Amino acid sequence: MSRKDIDPAAKARGGRNIALGLGLAAFVILVFVVTVVKLGGNVGPHF
Amino acid sequence: MARSPALSGDVLTPDDEATATVRHARWQDYFQLMKPRVMSLVVFTALTGLLAARTPIHPLLGAVAVFCIAVGAGASGALNMWYDADIDAKMRRTRGRPVPAGLVKGEEAATLGVVLSLLSVMLMGMAINWLAAGLLAFTIVFYAVVYTMWLKRWTAQNIVIGGLAGALPPAIGWAAATGHAPLNAWLMVLIIFLWTPPHFWALSLYISTDYAKAGVPMLPVVKGAKETRRQILLYSLVLIPICVAPVFTGLGGWLYLAVSGLGGLVFLTLAWRVFASTAGDAADPRPADRDLYEVGDAAAKRGKPVGDARHARNLFAFSILYLFALFAALLAEAVLGLPVLGLKMLELPL
Repeated sequence: MSRKDIDPAAKARGGRNIALGLGLAAFVILVFVVTVVKLGGNVGPHF
Repeated sequence: MARSPALSGDVLTPDDEATATVRHARWQDYFQLMKPRVMSLVVFTALTGLLAARTPIHPLLGAVAVFCIAVGAGASGALNMWYDADIDAKMRRTRGRPVPAGLVKGEEAATLGVVLSLLSVMLMGMAINWLAAGLLAFTIVFYAVVYTMWLKRWTAQNIVIGGLAGALPPAIGWAAATGHAPLNAWLMVLIIFLWTPPHFWALSLYISTDYAKAGVPMLPVVKGAKETRRQILLYSLVLIPICVAPVFTGLGGWLYLAVSGLGGLVFLTLAWRVFASTAGDAADPRPADRDLYEVGDAAAKRGKPVGDARHARNLFAFSILYLFALFAALLAEAVLGLPVLGLKMLELPL
């Protein structure tokens, strides 16, 4: 099936799903990095 | 795609056939729900508040704070677009928005707004501090509930009181950096708060027919153009001294003094011209939505019937430039470490 045969609705939905997935992944990474930064200030002096 | 009978399985009617031609929603349409243009101004003023505090903050945490404020602003924008879809559909300026255009369902906009509101406030609280998170939550609720659901459709003072929501980001930024919100942070809030009425009333002077059609009680619709022009001048007379005040409270330096003083004189001149004009007395002269920001003689040279509304357009356009310049000056002084001018005798216990 060529690219132009893809249903426009499915194509648009796919784009939205990818955007949502990337957004969620970015959020998880952001929370992780923020946690490391905030905890880093506390554990740093012990090393 | 919203409102598509082909997807919902309903029988097509002639009206449905018209809407069926609407394209499918893309992620960009959901981004538009967050009012990116408003969000950019919110980010800018919040960043200025964060840096004007002149308190060291981890760059990543500073970026997260600004990100949370941006997402919170976007969330309240999405809630606004959900609730105001009926009004937006009647106004030329807003009828192309995703919900009235039939690209995104109202429920989806509301869901996006609620989810992003919760995420932004929680992240701000956990990553930065709960004062900033509380101010952010207050801002979202104030804009989405107090302004959008209540004030906007009820009183001609809608944008005066509701302007508080748009004014708070500098205080949130300051609170994010320091954990508290002193007088200088609230002075920045006051500047935006007092700037909002002349800014929006200048706009509403030349699109008042749209507001009237949508049933929004903007000042020109309720009290008339003459009273609106008078209020614009009065608010401008109060605004400009407040804009210069940071020079005396240890917030602004020489650059800020020059920008606020000179820009303030131009602002007052334009406000006086609006007051002395007949702007708003005639019907909206704009031939198309894209001309919203076209000002002064530029429109006349293109053969458009701008009438006396050009004075209102000029003030509207300059007000954006002035606010940007004020906060850019504060930002530049903070980033470059330039000294502030706070007079010793007027130093406040900040």
